[in-house]
Order: sequence, then structure tokens, then C-alpha cells
Amino acid sequence: MLKRVHFPSSLLPYLLVAPQILITLVFFIWPASQAVYQSFLIEDAFGLSTEFVWFENFELLIEDAQYLQSFGRTILFSAAVAVLSMGSALILAGFADRVVRGATTYRTLMIWPYAVAPVLAGALWVFMFNPTLGIFPFLLDMVGIDWNHYLNGTQAMTLVIFAAAWKQIAYNFLFYLAAMQSIPRSLIEAAAIDGAGPVRRFVDHIFPLISPTTFFLLVINAVYAFFDTFGIIHAVTQGGPANSTTILVYKVYNDGFVGLDLGGSAAQSVILMILVIAMTVVQFRFIERKVEY
Amino acid sequence: MASITLDNLVKAYGDTEVLHHVAGQIEDGEFIVIVGPSGCGKSTLLRMVAGLETVTAGQISIGDRVVNQLEPADRDIAMVFQNYALYPHMSVRENMAYGLKIRKISKDEIARRVEEAADILELRPYLDRKPRQLSGGQRQRVAMGRAIVRNPQVFLFDEPLSNLDAKLRVQMRLEIRKLQQRLGVTSIYVTHDQVEAMTLGDRLMVLNGGYVEQFGTPIELYDRPATTFVAGFIGSPAMNFLPATAAEGSVTLANGARIAGSGTAHGTVTLGLRPEHLLPDEGGPVRVRVELVEQLGANSLLHGQLEGTDTEMVVSMPGHMSAAADAVMAFTPTADSLHLFDPETGKRIAE
Amino acid sequence: MVENRPILNVITHLVLILGIVIVALPIWITFVAATHDAVRMTQAPIPMLPGTHFWENFTQTLFGSGLSGTETAPVWRMLLNSLAMAMMIALGKIAISLISAFAIVYFKFPFRMFFFWLIFVTLMLPVEVRILPTFEVVADLGMLNSYWGLSIPLIASATATFMFRQVFLTIPDEMLESARIDGAGPLRFFWDILIPLSRTNIAALFVILFIYGWNQYLWPLLITTDTDMTTIVMSIKQMLEAAEQSPQWNIIMMTALLAMLPPVFVVVAMQKLFVQGLTETDK
Repeated sequence: MLKRVHFPSSLLPYLLVAPQILITLVFFIWPASQAVYQSFLIEDAFGLSTEFVWFENFELLIEDAQYLQSFGRTILFSAAVAVLSMGSALILAGFADRVVRGATTYRTLMIWPYAVAPVLAGALWVFMFNPTLGIFPFLLDMVGIDWNHYLNGTQAMTLVIFAAAWKQIAYNFLFYLAAMQSIPRSLIEAAAIDGAGPVRRFVDHIFPLISPTTFFLLVINAVYAFFDTFGIIHAVTQGGPANSTTILVYKVYNDGFVGLDLGGSAAQSVILMILVIAMTVVQFRFIERKVEY
Repeated sequence: MASITLDNLVKAYGDTEVLHHVAGQIEDGEFIVIVGPSGCGKSTLLRMVAGLETVTAGQISIGDRVVNQLEPADRDIAMVFQNYALYPHMSVRENMAYGLKIRKISKDEIARRVEEAADILELRPYLDRKPRQLSGGQRQRVAMGRAIVRNPQVFLFDEPLSNLDAKLRVQMRLEIRKLQQRLGVTSIYVTHDQVEAMTLGDRLMVLNGGYVEQFGTPIELYDRPATTFVAGFIGSPAMNFLPATAAEGSVTLANGARIAGSGTAHGTVTLGLRPEHLLPDEGGPVRVRVELVEQLGANSLLHGQLEGTDTEMVVSMPGHMSAAADAVMAFTPTADSLHLFDPETGKRIAE
Repeated sequence: MVENRPILNVITHLVLILGIVIVALPIWITFVAATHDAVRMTQAPIPMLPGTHFWENFTQTLFGSGLSGTETAPVWRMLLNSLAMAMMIALGKIAISLISAFAIVYFKFPFRMFFFWLIFVTLMLPVEVRILPTFEVVADLGMLNSYWGLSIPLIASATATFMFRQVFLTIPDEMLESARIDGAGPLRFFWDILIPLSRTNIAALFVILFIYGWNQYLWPLLITTDTDMTTIVMSIKQMLEAAEQSPQWNIIMMTALLAMLPPVFVVVAMQKLFVQGLTETDK
């Protein structure tokens, strides 16, 4: 952790860490502790008096059907995005791995969605699926499906799932391709000599050997789906119709900034905080336990 | 019958030809070593036999079948890779059983074969371990075990001992040879180490720059090298090459010394003399000005120059010998130890 | 490897091309939409092939007065804001993380581990988890509607620090010993030796952080009420809302295109560095 050869203590190291520590304290630790504190309060409608109510806000949340629905919805959303995005990336990376020359070209063409902001991704997809003008509703109409995600909750959820997954394919693709390319070629050749065909080789060898990457991406994708997708929801459905796409992170924003329920929103923030911490711990645990060759 | 026929093989990458008309006939049960410096094409040749590289022109036959178009899995071969290529996520037992499992051999038969191979290779205690828990030598044996259980027609070895330390290498070398003799499977073994080649092969194929320099038994290559390349490659320390002229059965060196010999060669030649074929002799024709002597215990290597010239020479003398720097020592070549080569083509001149 | 199944190669390329089509489709449609005039864009279905109005739309978007029905600054101004924010975040993060990692790795001082864990904690606090209180702090400090407010709260996260820490840990000890013999003090060592050795990592990280900064959405949304300070990524949402009343999809899509171009360009141009940085940061 510390280099064997190092400098002794003085004023200098304190000065060096000061900027980061300062900003961390002011903009991270303090607000986080404020959120925790506020989650124990209830303010009245005018913000004039506050009351310390211990865990009442949390109890209210747990009993709130809407909150629980939002929680369940978020889990569903996460799972769908992870499966769709990782599955597509796995298939694409598997094929790209077979291309001897040109793998880099395919990679270049695949990675640009990474650079697109989630909210823009949302905007693009909502444009493609615009009930009056969009190309997809037009095509769906020809097979008898009436598309209007402004009215249909399931369709709205489907739309945001696709937009979120589309954006993440690039990231997952990069990691899967890198993992596959780090498998020694001679291993695959040995399997071929042993008689394994392409599909068999993938199932018996390639997939098991990239399992650390799969674990890693699961956590990353979960965190992405929980938090980075705010922009997509905000741009595409604003949580609607009828709250059918209100995921947890959107609810925090909505209840807090729009609904001005500070205590409830703070409590939601705290719960989200606990979730992130849990996911981060899992991530670091798994990275320590990398499969060795 | 698992003989192997290499018929006029050419390998090219785009416009660059890396193997030029390689040909040879390998008999059933032979242990053939393909040897040469890095980049000479030996691994490429092996991989072509395995089916891991395409053939640009020519044919490869295993037994009676032409195998050019066949997938590696269909050629009935087994290969031991330089880095062993063991499946890291499978146990030793599973590694060895994998190829058999795919060919849908019965579980009993698989178990029997795996146990048999494990006995031969002394891998019994390790059957349930994973590769990362094994030492280099053990992993090597697992790689061989994987090849043995398949009962293939041909074994292919791609520099399997390069990753082992020197002592282990010598030990494993012997084991591979004994194993092959016991099993009697036709084998092709690739290495850049000429000592390995000499000790392992029934016959050696020396490759240089994609060309076959010579294909024969180790002793043939040692006694009658076909080119200066083979002459300099086989035998350590390497053969001395001296510019000379030949006429009427004798050879005259650049410094005027004359060596009697037989033969009809004449004109400028390159004379090859092995360091171990020069005997100390007061009146001998080959006079060397000493630079330094390396003491190896069993023999001594004398480094110097041919007197009166700049040509470097090495002489190997038995036992402990020493000589002062700048002293001149005289030697006589032993009988039949003169090798004459054409100075331009490098090819052996018939005597 | 010899695989006498050419059909498999065909399938491989087909699948990959299909993948690229799916990935590129939204962007293609956006591009096409940006090249037609407003009237064409109100007729269903929207066109799939480019039109001829690219430059017209381009100039109108860039220099026009913003879309009717929105409260956004002119697009060129928003691009500038985005650029300023992205650069400040990227450069700020790199600078702070470099010196922090240097201190943590190369100095033995009291509270060293405490600081390390403090920085680590920030990994678990993305902005979405602390939006309200952070907003309050920023407001109290009077940093709303400013470039500082847009960037400072986002530059202390730990990923960059961890990456540099990892890089520094792999630099051989002999470097420092030899520098000391040469008479270099800590800051000299840092500037003359450590930073040049970390160049590729800094470049890779810059790509990732620039994109991160440029694409910020929730935070700028909250703290800018002044139209002059809107960023281009923020404005997309407002334009979508405006589209309800008076759809000018060609302008909206052109704006979206402009909003996408800089990060995409940076990623593609520095692809190799970016991939290397990505696969090494998140470990």
C-alpha cells in the first residue's frame, strides 16, 4: 500500500491531499450526513417547524405501496437492462473475437454509444418511437400493434429498457472482448484438436474463463441501471404514464425537488445509499477473488 | 499405418513465401525432429500438419489419407503445446478426459484410459488438482497425458520443453523418448535446441529460412552435413570453417599450410574441421595462435586464430590442458574429418 | 486456425454488421432528421434517407435564438458551457487525484489511512444519492449558476485517485532512490518523473472524464436556473417538451447531433487509450 521507499512526514502530504479531502468533506460527507439527518425529520408544509421523528419516515416508506412498487419496478428494470445489454454484448463480443483482422474496426463502430449521454439516448429513442412520427410505431402499426407509450405503461417501460440497454452494450462489449482476447490462443487450438466445435468451445471454455468479467459487469450494470438512468427516464417518460416508469432514483428527485417532501426524499436517499454501499462492497469483494490461471 | 507424407509443401502469407517446397516421408513409428533457428518455419510446418494453418500448395498425407482439407479434430492427431494449453478451469482428470468425452467414448473406457495414462506418467496423486496447483514439469506431463489417452495416429510436439529449467529439460527429454518408444506412435517434434534434436530423433529435418537443408539420421548429419548451415548447426562447439584451396587430393589453407587428404576436389573451397577432430601434434599442419583456454573439466576449449590469419578457431582437447596466451599450438586433423564445401552455395562437395 | 466452415465466417460478419446497425440506427435517424426542413419532419413516417438541409439547419441551430417555446441560450453558448464544464471536471479531477494519490502512496504521515478510506467512501456516493443536501450546500456557498458550481461538486470522486494509486504502486522503487541520489525532492520527483511516466494513463483518464463531465445531466439541471448557463445536454429535454407544442424536430435533432459529436469524436479519436483506460480503471 505504501511504497517501500517513501518520503517522511512533513507538511507537504497534508497540502497534497487537502484539495480532495476538502471537497470530499464539503460536497460528499457533509451532504450525505445531512441526508441521513433529514431522513429523521418531518417538516411541516411551510418549512417552519421540524420534528425529529426517528425512523418514522422509513416506516412510512416501507408501508407506502407506491414506494414498494417503485422498488420492485427498479429491480425489474435493472434485471431487464442487465440481461439485454450483457447478453447482446456477449454475443457480439463472441463473434468479434473470431475475426482475426478487423476486430478493431468493429470495436470502433460499436463503442460510440458509450459517449452518448443517457438523456440523449433517451431523446433519440423517444424520437424513434414517437407515436405520430416515429419509424417504429409506423412499422408496428403494419403488424397491427398500436404503439403509444404516453398512454401504455408497459410500452413505456419497454421503451426505457431498450434505450438504457442500447447505451450500455458498448461498455459491456469492450470488457467482454478484452476478456476473450486475453485467453491464450493455444487453449482454443487445443480444444479444437480435442474435437470441440465452435459452439462447444464457447460453452466449455470461453464462457467459464470470462466469468470474472461477467460478475464484474453484473454489478456495474446494476449500478448503472439504478443511478445513471435518471436522464433517460426524465427525457422519455418523466416517470409516467401513471408512475409506471418511476424508478427509485427518479422518485428521489420527484418527491424532493418537485413534491418538496424533504424528509421522505432524504429517507429514500439513505436507502439508496445503503444499496450502493452494498453493491460496491460486492464489487470489490469479487474483484479480489479473481479466478487465477 | 500412420506414415506421414509431406509432398512439396509451400506456405505463403500473402506474397511472402515462408516454406519452400518442403518434402519428406516419415515412416510409421518414427520419431522425427524438425530443428532450426527461430523463424525458420518449423512451427509453421508442424501447425500445417496439425491443421492449425492452411496449406498454400502441396499435400500432407497421414496414413493413406490426404488431410489438407480436414479439420484438426478429424486428423486423428494429438498435440503438446509449448505452454501446455491446459484448461485452467478443469481438473487434471477432466483435462485428459475432455477429448474423449467429445468423441462420445463410454465413461468406463474414458476412466480406464485416463488411469492408464496417469500411471505411465506418474500423475495418479494429481488427478483431481487444477493446473495452477501443479509445477511446470507436472503440467507438461498432463499435456502429454491428454495426448496419450486419445490413442492418435500421430503425436505433435511444439517445443514442449522450452519453458522448463535446464535440469528438468534433460530429465523430461528422456521420458518423452522412452514414452514414444513404448507406445510406438509416429511423432513429429519441433525444437531449436540441437542437443535435444540429436538425442531424441530417429531422423532430423533441419530447416533454415523455410528450406529443408538436410533430412537424415543424427549421425548422418554429424558425419556428412549437406551444407555449411547443417555443419555449423549440429555439434557443439560449432565446426570451424576455414577458407582454402584444394588441388590434387590436398587442401591448402590461407596461411600456406598444406593438409594431405584424398579426393578429387579442386579450386577454392570452404574447409570444415570440427573442434574435436584436431589432435595436438608438434609437426601438425594446423597451427593456432592461442587467445584463451576454457576449462570445462572433462575437456578444454582452446580459442585462438589460425596462425598468420584472422580466422577464429576453436579446438576441443580432452582433460585439463592449458596454454599460454600468444603461444602457438599445432594440430593434425583425424582421419576422414575434412569437410569440403562450395564457398558460394555452401553445399557439400562430393569427394 | 483452419476451419473449413466458411459458412461460419459469413454468419460472424452478418451478426456483427447487424449489431452495428442496431447500435448505429438511432444516430443515423438523428442525422437524417437533422438534414431535412421542419415541414418534412412533421409528416409521418419520418424519412430514412438524408435530405439537403444540413447546413441550413446547422447554422440556424448554432446561431439561432434557440427553439421557440424553450428557455435556453443560443446553441453555441450552450456548447461553450458544456465545454467549460467538461474541461473543468476532467482537468480538475486529474489534478486533484494525481496529488492525492502521490501523497497517499509516497508519504508516511499520520492519518494517512484515514484519508484513504475517506476518499474511498466517495465511490459509494454518486450524486444521485445526495442531490438535495448537496444542492443546499452549493446554494449556501453562492455557487449556483456558475461554472464552479457545475464542476467542483463532481471532481472529488475516487476512481481517478485509485487508478493513479495503482499506477504509482507499479513504478519501481529504484526510480525514487535514483532520483534522491540525484538530489530531487518530492515535488521535483513528482513533476519530473512521476507525471511523465503516467502520461498514457492521464490521457486515457482524460477521455473518460471528459465524457463523464460533458454528459452530466441531473446536476446541471438542478443548479442552473439562469438560461445563459444551460448546457447543451440539459437543453435536449426542454426541447423535447417544446416539441409537444410546436415540433421543430429538425432543429432538435441537429442540436442532439451537436451535443453528441464532441464526446463521440474524442472516444473514436483516442480509442486505443480509452479502452486501455477503461479496462484498467474499473478494477
